[in-house]
Amino acid sequence: MSMLCQKCKKHAATVHLTEILNSEKREKHLCEQCAAQEGLTDKAQQPINQLVAKFVLAQTEAKELSQITCPDCGMSFLQFRNGGLLGCPNDYEVFKQTLVGLLEKAHEGRTQHVGKIPGGRENKHKRQHELMKLRRDLQEAVNLEDYERAAALRDKVKGLEENG
Amino acid sequence: MDNVTELVSGRGDWLKSVNSEGGIVISSRIRLARNLGGFHFLSKCSQQDRDEIQALIVGAINSSALGGHFFYVHLDNMGPLERQLLVERHLISRQHAEAEGPRGVALVGDETVALMVNEEDHLRMQVLYGGLQLDKAWQRINQLDDQLEERLEFAFHEQFGYLTACPTNIGTGIRVSVMMHLPALKITGEIERVFRAAKDMHLAVRGLYGEGTEATGDFYQISNQSTLGKTEEEIVEEFRDLVVPRITEYEVQARELLTKQKSTMIEDKVWRAIGMLKYARTISTEETLLLLSHLRMGLNMGMLNDVDLDTINELFLNTQQAHLQIITGQRLDGEQRSKLRADYIRRRLSNHQNN
Repeated sequence: MSMLCQKCKKHAATVHLTEILNSEKREKHLCEQCAAQEGLTDKAQQPINQLVAKFVLAQTEAKELSQITCPDCGMSFLQFRNGGLLGCPNDYEVFKQTLVGLLEKAHEGRTQHVGKIPGGRENKHKRQHELMKLRRDLQEAVNLEDYERAAALRDKVKGLEENG
Repeated sequence: MDNVTELVSGRGDWLKSVNSEGGIVISSRIRLARNLGGFHFLSKCSQQDRDEIQALIVGAINSSALGGHFFYVHLDNMGPLERQLLVERHLISRQHAEAEGPRGVALVGDETVALMVNEEDHLRMQVLYGGLQLDKAWQRINQLDDQLEERLEFAFHEQFGYLTACPTNIGTGIRVSVMMHLPALKITGEIERVFRAAKDMHLAVRGLYGEGTEATGDFYQISNQSTLGKTEEEIVEEFRDLVVPRITEYEVQARELLTKQKSTMIEDKVWRAIGMLKYARTISTEETLLLLSHLRMGLNMGMLNDVDLDTINELFLNTQQAHLQIITGQRLDGEQRSKLRADYIRRRLSNHQNN
């Protein structure tokens, strides 16, 4: 005899769930309809920020992590955790250690790209990084109304863009 | 094209009757996410950065071989109704419509290609075809990506591939989505089978307009979740050879079961749908979607012949709220729209009969 659904007590329970909440273990046994009503059957579709928050909480060094900030874009790990979006390509280096764990969860355990590669990649990476930093400095110069410095930086950006 | 409202006089190529897999597969969409190297992602971009990114991308499109085919639409100086129109035609995301700041979309006239600029990523390319045409969609978008890549430098990482603002999109940056019409599974209560299969295969199931929308009118968008560690071709093949055939088979089985065991119930649903659509004096978007879904099912199951798929497709598109208001040239509240919608459907269905 199979177990009955805890909620409707009519149908056979086919969805079994163990939840750990505040270190308390709770078991749920529901039929498909009741599980669907509670939105339990498509757990795989959690929004990324929930996935991130959960993942980060599970990390013992979460506190230290939240102190790390990207020197390029100013994104902190805490900010990323709350919003779910990164601030610049360099964040993937800055937060690499933690991100790899998250990527494994999001991409079926895989962390190495094997798909399409853009042509002529040599040295582009460094140049992209350089450009991003220059554009950030340029914005700061404009904000500070330091137009002389801004003009010099703009020339540098132009130069780098044209040599691409 | 100067004005997006002109789009309402036509219909995107993807909605022209490609009756594939018994009408179960409505459309095939592939999206690629890209960011320009040397800029921050959008959450850390200044207004000026956004302007610059937009100018670079639009410049690249115009100067490439693609140039003559596209027209660019700036969303920041467009009214909400026109933006909603683009959402209803699946040319931009709801998020893109509702965002702020310099952003837009480059479109081709037949609506098979849409390039969103400054959405969640700097560039999100979309190719959309009717029926099951994933290989064709991949070839087209891959080519577009190559052409733009000659003029733009996309952020790329040796290990993580194409870099995106959200880590769930990195690697290939590809999102393959197939829109499926699954009314029989809904009626038999077996739609859960689809959710379970989707979970097994690491897929997401969403509603008609993508992320955060509910499945209305029995339309489900099935898309891949993982984008890293597989090639684009592998992801496309998985859809073509595994995902779509499996879910299609479930729906076919459900339709056979209904025909064999519940033929009166199912016929009644279809004929009630026709009755309501032909005679209702006021009708909401949700009810319209559900009834049109039943009508479409009846047509695909060979139960009726006095309505054709083109008319149903046209009604799906034109009864949505922005379409309705632009077509009739009236700005209306919900109650008035419901009346106008019923009038429009009645007219189209009775016209059809007289033809």
